[in-house]
Amino acid sequence: MTAENSQESSNPKRLALVASKGTLDQAYPPMILATTAASLGWEVGIYFTFYGLDILHQDRFEKLKVPSLANPAGPIRLPNLLGAVPGATAAATRVMQKWMRDSRMPELPDFIEMSQELGVTFFACATTMGVMGVDESDLIDGCDIAGAAAFLDFAADADVQLYI
Amino acid sequence: MTTQIDQPQADLELDTSGLLCPLPVYKAAMAMGQLESGQVLELICTDPGSLEDIPAMARQRGDELVHLDDRGDQQVFWIRKGTS
Repeated sequence: MTAENSQESSNPKRLALVASKGTLDQAYPPMILATTAASLGWEVGIYFTFYGLDILHQDRFEKLKVPSLANPAGPIRLPNLLGAVPGATAAATRVMQKWMRDSRMPELPDFIEMSQELGVTFFACATTMGVMGVDESDLIDGCDIAGAAAFLDFAADADVQLYI
Repeated sequence: MTTQIDQPQADLELDTSGLLCPLPVYKAAMAMGQLESGQVLELICTDPGSLEDIPAMARQRGDELVHLDDRGDQQVFWIRKGTS
């Protein structure tokens, strides 16, 4: 093994992600990146903020939706006028879920479980909790409630930082 | 870096045929966790990203990609676990 190939186990690389979206299609990318980075042996933390906090919300994370409005690349391609019809969001969500199932991709709750088993840190944005009336007991187990300073302290030493 | 030597003896085999990113890397990492340093994982992939992903995984984890058999629609990698 060459020196440049070796990963110092005492000083792993670090990935800091911000997950700011609460729709199903936007919840997948941070979870895919997090599980991949953790599989590479990296230290990973995700800061779930604003609508992204729904990914950690016990009553919501299994019910995230794919928007049929203002989503021209979405799974059902409707003019916005039709995208507003009742049932269009549910239909778009079902199509994406079918895509994922047919591709044998894990569902979002599976990604959450995989991430936690790999030791990914879930930062729950304290301000979002205050603004949106989310209590600690509303969140899935194992979240770190943190403000921006605590996340930035983690991100300051990260090799890769991404906002999603 | 890939060393083109004869196909090594594998200590563990993992077939990820039909699975897409991140599952081949995720499952490979889980499998590497069962191996001792110096042991070899034989990993079968069909994910079109695997030709780039698996060498990157080995590099990032500090493992060594010792052999690759590219069969077109399927790639087989032999990865020797590093010291980490």
